[in-house]
Amino acid sequence: MENKPGKYPDMKGHFGQYGGRFVPETLMPALIELEKAYNKYKKDRTFLNELEALQKDFIGRPTPLYFARNLTEALGGAKIYLKREDLCHTGAHKINNAIAQALLAKRMGKTRIIAETGAGQHGVATATGAALTGIECEIYMGSEDIRRQSLNVFRMRLLGAKVTEVNVGSKTLKDAINEALRDWTTNVGNTHYVLGTVFGPHPYPLMVRDFQSVIGREARQQILKAEKRLPDCLIACVGGGSNSIGLFHAFLKDNIKMIGVEAGGEGIRSGRHAARFAGGSLGIFQGCKSYLLQDKDGNVLGTHSVSAGLDYASVGPEHCYLRDLNKIEYTYATDTEALKAFEVLSKTEGIIPALESAHAIAEGIKTASSMPRSSIIIINLSGRGDKDVQEVARIKGINL
Amino acid sequence: MSRISDTFKSLKKKGGKALIPYIMAGDPSLDVTKQFVLDLEAAGADIIELGVPFSDPLADGPTIQKAAERALTNGTTLKKVLGLVREIRQVSDIPLILMTYYNPVFKMGIEPFIKNAVSAGVDGVIIPDLIPDEAEDFIKLARMHGLDTIYLLAPTSTPDRINRVVKASTGFIYYVSITGTTGSKLTIKKTMKDNLNSIRGITSKPVAVGFGISTPGEASAIASLADGVIVGSAIVKLIAQGKSIKNYVKSLRKAI
Repeated sequence: MENKPGKYPDMKGHFGQYGGRFVPETLMPALIELEKAYNKYKKDRTFLNELEALQKDFIGRPTPLYFARNLTEALGGAKIYLKREDLCHTGAHKINNAIAQALLAKRMGKTRIIAETGAGQHGVATATGAALTGIECEIYMGSEDIRRQSLNVFRMRLLGAKVTEVNVGSKTLKDAINEALRDWTTNVGNTHYVLGTVFGPHPYPLMVRDFQSVIGREARQQILKAEKRLPDCLIACVGGGSNSIGLFHAFLKDNIKMIGVEAGGEGIRSGRHAARFAGGSLGIFQGCKSYLLQDKDGNVLGTHSVSAGLDYASVGPEHCYLRDLNKIEYTYATDTEALKAFEVLSKTEGIIPALESAHAIAEGIKTASSMPRSSIIIINLSGRGDKDVQEVARIKGINL
Repeated sequence: MSRISDTFKSLKKKGGKALIPYIMAGDPSLDVTKQFVLDLEAAGADIIELGVPFSDPLADGPTIQKAAERALTNGTTLKKVLGLVREIRQVSDIPLILMTYYNPVFKMGIEPFIKNAVSAGVDGVIIPDLIPDEAEDFIKLARMHGLDTIYLLAPTSTPDRINRVVKASTGFIYYVSITGTTGSKLTIKKTMKDNLNSIRGITSKPVAVGFGISTPGEASAIASLADGVIVGSAIVKLIAQGKSIKNYVKSLRKAI
């Protein structure tokens, strides 16, 4: 949290024309309370010491920056480094934010936390934070995602959380967020909503970015130590956009090529994807103004991705802003490309990536091949793939 | 003076309170919705709220969520709802309010929406996810074209929020009875009286109360505290069950 606040977002949480607060009035006092608490505790030495100690001893930070020698040699292009967020406790970067918000909730005197989850990673991370801080926890999860990620559902229950199935709409992440927001509206007095990504109403996009930017701060130091210079390119997958902004943020002033990879699903033309920049337009959804997959009447479209964590109709407002400023470019990887990268990394490096992260690997493979051997890429390996093994087997028609 | 303000004014003179039923446009069809509006008027409604279906209605409970899903499946859009209002205006002058989420409005464009709504005969709008803080342009244009902007207050609202919402509201102020979504269980607590008093302390604008009101008894209790009673989910539920809404609304009318 040593980031300077910079010029954005403004006081109302606007990143240029994006972001803001589009929520029912009932939630406004809670958002203002959260904003005040966050502004207070981000400068509170006792809070920061507690968080830093947990980052080290509980989450396992700093995570390694690993030189993927085999993959680099196989491709014959840029040197590929992997930021190993998959080695975080609970298996993904989500814990960085969840632990911090659980500590904040405790400081705010909340006795209950709730969260949405898509792939289950944020739900597991929040349930872990709740167990650690001794706070009651309820997780909302779409029934389609529950089917795809049954292992994570069981993990959350083991951690003592109540997992509530959301059976409306598309039965995925966006519907889980609607339900979590409805719960928060109802129980706003004693409950804190641990939003899992750089999305939603202010201060979430700012706060979650700050909690995740530890990824980039570490990676910057680590690459300077390993290579005595900054990398040429950073690559990360973008669902809501927290692991990518977490990696990119510390490098924003360095004029480095940064690529965010969305879920291309079955291809943009098929309409079955979650590539908001390639297929969306400006809209207002779940608390903020951003790029949104919507129909001509402003209803939110269903999305598709092989990875539950990228299967979302909108994207963090800061991403839109940085895209407009040409700081980050966005592309997408299809289901097929991601599944191929999933296998390539497993076989070449002995690392099974999360299907979300496999989208970044897929783009990394393309980009590295086209760059000279003297160049350096960092790919954020945002999560490990154990949770996806069953689903990948199912797709391949293998009965486990 | 708007139709909505006029209605509250003339009710006040008579010592009456406004009955404001809500129905989802397009559930089960736009033609039936038109008939419902006329039925509601005949049953004693003073103002009618027409819901515009949206894919992600995060302020609504299950009853209205399902109604929105049915209406969307029927192909109901904001544009078609405006067309419906135009048709209703051929036969009725009852004040009409659209309750819509912000994205369909934003997608149409703020100014085109306001112009179309006013020319169709819409008197006011409630957009639960557009708080006054984000509505500067919207409010400016709505004032210019004569569309009432009704904002929500909640049991959680602080004095600062109350001031802001009161200032931004025209027609009336919508006080949300409970922390929760539409159709939640109503409890009439002392905090409601206190909050309504503190709103009254700073404005003479009418205040109507909604969310969770379903029985004539509840409607009567609310009417003794506020200038208007809004009933939504209970009516939408009857419609979903294919039951008549006329007698129920008459019983509400009698109670308040």
